Amino acid sequence: MSNSANGAALPRAAGLGSIFDARQQVSEAVSAGLKRRYAREKRFRLYGMLATLFAVAVLGILLFTIIRTGLPAFTQTMIKLSVTLYPQEIDPKGDRDPQTLSSADYQRLVRDALDDYFPDVTSRNDRRELFAMISPGATYVIRSMVIADPSLIGKRIEIEVPLKDDIDQFAKGKIDSEADQANRRVSDKQIGWYQRLVDRDLIVSRFNTTLFTAGDSRSPELAGIWGAVVGSFWTMSLTLLMSFPLAVGAAVYLEEFAPKNRWTDVIEVNINNLAAVPSIVFGLLGLAVFIGFFGVPRSSPMVGALVLTLMTLPIIIIASRAALKSVPPSIREAALGVGASKMQATLHHVLPLAMPGMLTGTILGMAHALGETAPLLMIGMVAFIVDVPSGPLSSATVMPVQIYLWSDAPERAFIERASAAIMVLLGFLTVMNLLAVALRKRFEKRW
Amino acid sequence: MSLSTLLLALLVLSSLAFYLGRKKALSAAGSNLRTLHSLPNYYGYYLALWAGIPALAVFTLWLVLEPQIVQSLVVGGLPEAQRNLSPGRLGLLINDIRNLASGNIVSREVAPGLQEAADHYVRLRDTSRIALFVAVLALAVAGLTFGRQRIRANLRARNQVETVLKAFLIVGSTVAVLTTAGIVFSLVFEAGRFFVAVSPAEFLFGTEWSPQIALRKDQVGAQGAFGAVPLFAGTLLISVIAMCVAMPVGLMSAIYMAEYAPPKLRTVIKPILEILAGIPTVVYGFFAALTVAPFFRDTGAAVGLTISSESALAAGIVMGIMIIPFVSSLSDDVINAVPRAMREGSYGLGATQSETIRKVIIPAALPGIVGGFLLAISRAIGETMIVVMAAGLTANMTINPFHAVTTITVQIVTLLIGDQEFDSPKTLAAFALGLVLFLITLVLNIGALRIVKKYREQYE
Repeated sequence: MSNSANGAALPRAAGLGSIFDARQQVSEAVSAGLKRRYAREKRFRLYGMLATLFAVAVLGILLFTIIRTGLPAFTQTMIKLSVTLYPQEIDPKGDRDPQTLSSADYQRLVRDALDDYFPDVTSRNDRRELFAMISPGATYVIRSMVIADPSLIGKRIEIEVPLKDDIDQFAKGKIDSEADQANRRVSDKQIGWYQRLVDRDLIVSRFNTTLFTAGDSRSPELAGIWGAVVGSFWTMSLTLLMSFPLAVGAAVYLEEFAPKNRWTDVIEVNINNLAAVPSIVFGLLGLAVFIGFFGVPRSSPMVGALVLTLMTLPIIIIASRAALKSVPPSIREAALGVGASKMQATLHHVLPLAMPGMLTGTILGMAHALGETAPLLMIGMVAFIVDVPSGPLSSATVMPVQIYLWSDAPERAFIERASAAIMVLLGFLTVMNLLAVALRKRFEKRW
Repeated sequence: MSLSTLLLALLVLSSLAFYLGRKKALSAAGSNLRTLHSLPNYYGYYLALWAGIPALAVFTLWLVLEPQIVQSLVVGGLPEAQRNLSPGRLGLLINDIRNLASGNIVSREVAPGLQEAADHYVRLRDTSRIALFVAVLALAVAGLTFGRQRIRANLRARNQVETVLKAFLIVGSTVAVLTTAGIVFSLVFEAGRFFVAVSPAEFLFGTEWSPQIALRKDQVGAQGAFGAVPLFAGTLLISVIAMCVAMPVGLMSAIYMAEYAPPKLRTVIKPILEILAGIPTVVYGFFAALTVAPFFRDTGAAVGLTISSESALAAGIVMGIMIIPFVSSLSDDVINAVPRAMREGSYGLGATQSETIRKVIIPAALPGIVGGFLLAISRAIGETMIVVMAAGLTANMTINPFHAVTTITVQIVTLLIGDQEFDSPKTLAAFALGLVLFLITLVLNIGALRIVKKYREQYE
């Protein structure tokens, strides 16, 4: 600052007048610099504001793009078909044998129904293009209806079946019909047929229930996140089951029982370091130790949970220790004073008081684990799995991995679904975080 | 019966043991409960532990060992010629047998011997399961009877139960150490096998990375090249870009929040930054790959620059955004830890707020801030999903942020996704990279802690 430099130059033994002069000089120098300094202050403040604004804006853009891409995935364009279930096609023998019913050629029925709408489409190539507009899921819809209720055979049923993802994208306005035909996935003919269907009121847009009830699929319009949600559920439950007792045990031991010696120092340094090890390294550990050495089945929620347990353990331990530390020593002393053993004092008095803090830490740790992807890629949870996992040892995938797989897919419709899955995942995370905050607010105690 | 039924049975037996133990203790005490050493419940727990723990230990051990033993028995039953196959081929064969046994479709036509081996496998596994059931339940009942005999009025049940509990607590606390040991051991072991095939010098200083495995011995480039320098360079480039975003923005926003922002604004902005911190990395990856990267590519094309659609820039910037809240919250903590007196002293001398921040607060908080930066760098280096989704796969040695580069973590993922052979250098290279990654982040973390500890000013 300039004033200190001027101050040093003051004459030491001088008359009253020269001191006055010197003072004036100083205050002139200071006020000469003031404008510059204030401008600098303003600028600095502005930088701070801009930085904060940048962070907030980025979050806004991120959420906005995801919601904008993801919202259309919640609706699915359907076509109304009236299908005649010819008995001679489905069940020529008429004995309603389930085997025959499930292997009948339902695709043909769908095609017949479509032919009824477009009697003018006759050439082989055109018909192939026409049939390609309807999702292969249509046949499954009819089949399951027939198997559930064989009395439908011989009747004419009105159903709504999903359109193929490309047509669905066109219906949602995501494909530009002006563009060159070679560069888009919908042909001019298909657009024409689609328009005719719209004119005849045969196209409807419905809430996409498939997204929430189905497992993965090669066809976007048949793909859903349910398989991944169930996989995440199994993985998270097992993670919670393993990490919570171990972490609480570790925290209680380190806070309440451990002697201060080298070994506990080693443990402490280890926990802090583990919290900062890249998650992918845990994946390598899981691959080499759990799969390679112990032979836990690959891609199973079990091996995923083991890896995530090791990952979340340090987080929960650190939070639990903080919670235990916040319980005042008077509680322990009072318990010991009335004759409780050390273990009783801890289990009956300290632990219940620290529990809300521990649970908060656990929920946050679980939220972290729920969004974790990288280590699970190493242990085979990236496989393409259609079935909804049935237990901790069956092959499964989890929500973040499903998002990764879908965002890698070339179809636009999968990108859309990946965004929708992100919205669901963020929803879960928000609920978990709110729960943690509520827990903290409700049980927070100031001693 | 499945394994969960067995566990359930064990749970029921333990609960029964609790009830029996309590009852036995009460009857042993007779009319005068005071003669009991411990509270009656402790005798219950005591017996439940006797019933549960040995059985559970055997159960776990069995499950861990069963696959290996059954497999070696099956292999032992194979014809001589198949037994002497190379480990890789033997692994395939065993896989086929397993698939056959579980009724899956096998890739090849079923050889007659294979079907036999599969049947053998199924028989062995079924026998093992039955033996497991018998052993576990028998052990539980045996433990129960044995423990029950030991219950007397003067048995120190509480102390013994507490000893077991404490042992559990100690086990819990050692898991962290075991994990570290497991990481180090598995990485060093597998990387060691890799370094037998590829010399460490070639790995660390080689400049060509193309880890394909040859289908035939005489194929061109059959050896693959494992020079990891391009990966290190790519990782460094992306991390530098990320830090260029995260450091100024994170630090300035922390300063603004700690020094300038009115309390109301603080209560709004803090949670927002926490949201940013809580977003899964796969979401950032999605954002980078599908929004930011195309945006840069198109902008570049509009002004006449060729920006790769997998540019280091997009991945780096999004990674920086991910790290902002991390830097910001660490810096916020240390800035708030600077005592008020220092601020007020500076104001008293006539300094403006920004001068106080720049000349007093930041120097005082510097060790903490630098430590936070180091932790942030270690995060950037270890971050995986953003680069897997938004950065490239080809190893380019470049410092041009518009080009595609690849990183250590991307290569680990690409080497390990899909089918793996545990003896090919390609798979093992991932572990060598993992070891490098682990060591770098370890050094950074320890360095960060050291700096914070050594240079922290003690104000209290």
